[in-house]
Amino acid sequence: MAKTYFTEDHEWLRVEGGVATVGITDYAQEQLGDLVFVELPEIGRKLAKGDTAVVVESVKAASDVYAPVDGEITEANGSLSADPSLVNSAATGDGWLWKMKLANESQLDSLMDEAAYKAHIG
Amino acid sequence: MTGEDTRHLPLEDLHQAAGARFGAFAGWSMPLTYPPGVMKEHLHAREHAGLFDISHMKLFAVGGPGAAALLNRACPLDAGALETSQSKYTFFLNEAAGIIDDLIVTRLGDDRFMVVANAGNAVEDEKHLRALAADFNVSVEPLDRVFLAIQGPDAWAALARAGIETGSLLFMHGVEPRQDWFMSRSGYTGEDGFEIGLPEADARDFVAKLLEDDRVQWIGLAARDSLRLEAGLCLHGQDLTTEIDPASAGLMWAIPKEVRAAGHFIGADALRSIIERGAPQKRVGLKPDGRQPVRAGATLIDADGNPAGHVTSGGFGPSTGHPVAMGYVDPALAKPGTKLFADVRGTKIPVDIAALPFTPHRYRKG
Repeated sequence: MAKTYFTEDHEWLRVEGGVATVGITDYAQEQLGDLVFVELPEIGRKLAKGDTAVVVESVKAASDVYAPVDGEITEANGSLSADPSLVNSAATGDGWLWKMKLANESQLDSLMDEAAYKAHIG
Repeated sequence: MTGEDTRHLPLEDLHQAAGARFGAFAGWSMPLTYPPGVMKEHLHAREHAGLFDISHMKLFAVGGPGAAALLNRACPLDAGALETSQSKYTFFLNEAAGIIDDLIVTRLGDDRFMVVANAGNAVEDEKHLRALAADFNVSVEPLDRVFLAIQGPDAWAALARAGIETGSLLFMHGVEPRQDWFMSRSGYTGEDGFEIGLPEADARDFVAKLLEDDRVQWIGLAARDSLRLEAGLCLHGQDLTTEIDPASAGLMWAIPKEVRAAGHFIGADALRSIIERGAPQKRVGLKPDGRQPVRAGATLIDADGNPAGHVTSGGFGPSTGHPVAMGYVDPALAKPGTKLFADVRGTKIPVDIAALPFTPHRYRKG
């Protein structure tokens, strides 16, 4: 059963079998506005929690998306190269950013569930 | 978050009601986007009519027997040669010919002029103008106005519907259609359009009337920036600074030959010697390959890795469908088609020097 977690930096993680699919929340995409480019990570890259994994670019600005936990990139959402606006239209679905194999599943304990995240954004 | 010193637009409540997202710019809390978002707003202004609240900008009424002489000193301009209602794009220059601000000056009468200045420089501009005014028989009066821009192919028709006829007014001309109103056919998008300064009470009625029209939609500062960048227009503070002269900026077209020759304006000597030596750098358009935007601050290098210049404005052009940027390069590299690279977070993005504007201007010149 997949379980979904949220971070204070407005990312979501859907974890299944030790692999997390990561994206930004609907709140985050709304704040960023229309995305025009997503700089995707290399497969196999090892990330520590807090490292910049992806850069999302709106018409006006570039913003970093951080690795919410330690792990290794196993997949990047290639469809964003052709259509970065998927992040705006389906932030928690087809607009996912990358998948990563978790290095330390206990790090998930410090993340929020959906109810806590909703309270976080008010 | 905005600090205590942040200034608020007189019509802020209307923007809030329209669902604007606000952000800080030049000391003001400004509507950045509205619910349609920057992409749709940008395209709407190109296709129909965009309404912009630009009340952060400053209007100065300059009047008196010495008005033209003051402006001729402050700007590389022959103010007395302007016809009534004629506008001119010009600058305040410092002694080194650095651009203190870029402005539009309109002649409203024999010895009456309107000066429209940028928000970020308004305080500096006023100080500068007042200091110079001491030597002339002239008054400099900052006006308390709401300042609106309506831009796009339907702008004139929307104004007509709202009771403002613009028929005989051509690009870069300005008039006073009503008491305490100032309207010029000008803008910052490359489209046909108008900028209108008016008292707040009038502005509330006027905006309500304009927005009854489906062709008219609020446009935020984010789209204002992408529109002006596609149009190849400079933003002071980025593309123009006190370190940059009009020759480097490719804006010598704004300085009449006779004015340059007579050399009565501040910075004339410095500008003459810059032109004799050759401008040290040139402003150019930059078209990045692919979809990744190249933004202000990025370094430009040539194919051999030598420094070639830097980017001063960059983003995505919703109308062009690709990233667009402007910057300064070594004059030897300024020819359109020259291939350079921009360093974006360590990745070298190929960029071509491109002719400006990226989107053709559609001004109504006659």
